[in-house]
Amino acid sequence: MHCPKCRGVMRTYTRSGVHIEQCDSCRGIFLDYGELEALSQMESQYRAAPPPAAAPGWGAPAPAVHHHHHGGHHRPHHGGVFHMLFST
Amino acid sequence: MRTETAPPGLLARLAEIGRDAAGPDAPPHPGPETLYDRHGVLVVRVGDVVVKAHQPDREYGRPLHDRIRLAQTLPRVLLAPLGPPLDIDGRTVTVSPYGEPVDPQEELPWEEGARLLAELHAAPVPADAPSWGRPTRVAKVVSRLGSGPAEDVVRRAFATLPSWIRGEGIEPPAETEHLIHGDWHLGQMVRGPGGRWRLIDIEDLGRGSPAWDLARPAALYSGGVLPPDEWTRFLGAYQQAGGPAVPTQGDPWTALDLPARSLAIQIAATCVLSAGRSERSLDGAEQAMVDACARIGGARRPA
Repeated sequence: MHCPKCRGVMRTYTRSGVHIEQCDSCRGIFLDYGELEALSQMESQYRAAPPPAAAPGWGAPAPAVHHHHHGGHHRPHHGGVFHMLFST
Repeated sequence: MRTETAPPGLLARLAEIGRDAAGPDAPPHPGPETLYDRHGVLVVRVGDVVVKAHQPDREYGRPLHDRIRLAQTLPRVLLAPLGPPLDIDGRTVTVSPYGEPVDPQEELPWEEGARLLAELHAAPVPADAPSWGRPTRVAKVVSRLGSGPAEDVVRRAFATLPSWIRGEGIEPPAETEHLIHGDWHLGQMVRGPGGRWRLIDIEDLGRGSPAWDLARPAALYSGGVLPPDEWTRFLGAYQQAGGPAVPTQGDPWTALDLPARSLAIQIAATCVLSAGRSERSLDGAEQAMVDACARIGGARRPA
């Protein structure tokens, strides 16, 4: 497929499940029918996501410790975390 | 910090006290079971009672009597000692009903803990209730730190705390005072008779600022150690139960920041000391708390 604007070669990329064609020369983007709606729907879902729990100014910027997720099951705390939670 | 175990004769004495407290009509039970034996504190279970020899280096005196009496007036919230403290060979000893502790492998009872704290904080404060006083543990544990880069990071964070927490200045006049537990964590919860969760360890119980009872989970969440969903469960349940430590709406951190910061420093110092004693490096969670201290120390000028 060639770019309708500059006749350059269009390549297909997949972004979050939406196929887009982008021109290698002018970087213009071609969207198929329904793809613009799919993108704006994803954007509104992103905006509606609940804000992360607030923290003080010195709070950890991102999860500092890797937590293992097992499909929503309880994650037992081990090692140092156990002592911090269960003793003075 | 004391790490030694209890003197050999003490276990037998506590077991004897436990058998006496259980009474001759108590159902037969296996021999005494040691539940805790660290830092000079010994806790022994005999059937349905628990006998505790408290810290040998702490002056309990009259306030412990008052705290036990106060705890006995709040049976829905606290599992209180059964009677006044005993003096056993110079050691302070109390006898309490046995309760099943939190199983760390199970879903943690954050909501139940939050509701118990909210109920305690909402209880009327008797005029003669002992004062919780000021938070003293952070200054104590930081004073034990030796030299080293992690130690310096913790000390720099400690320097940002107000002087009354560092033990140097005069405590500011208390705002509205509530009854508080004074040293809350998940090890302070047991399922008492009837299966209801209750708080134990009433050694710090008294009048104080309730935000300090939320300080440990708040510090661990801020350090990135406690996952946000567990913190949200705890804080949400506390707010829903009408707990007075934080506003029901709006930013809880105006009330929680100082207690959480103090506990983050206290926990980091405890971790650094513990790793140093056993000559090991800090694990991921312990390092995360030292990193929190680095942010605290970098974010503020010394107070």
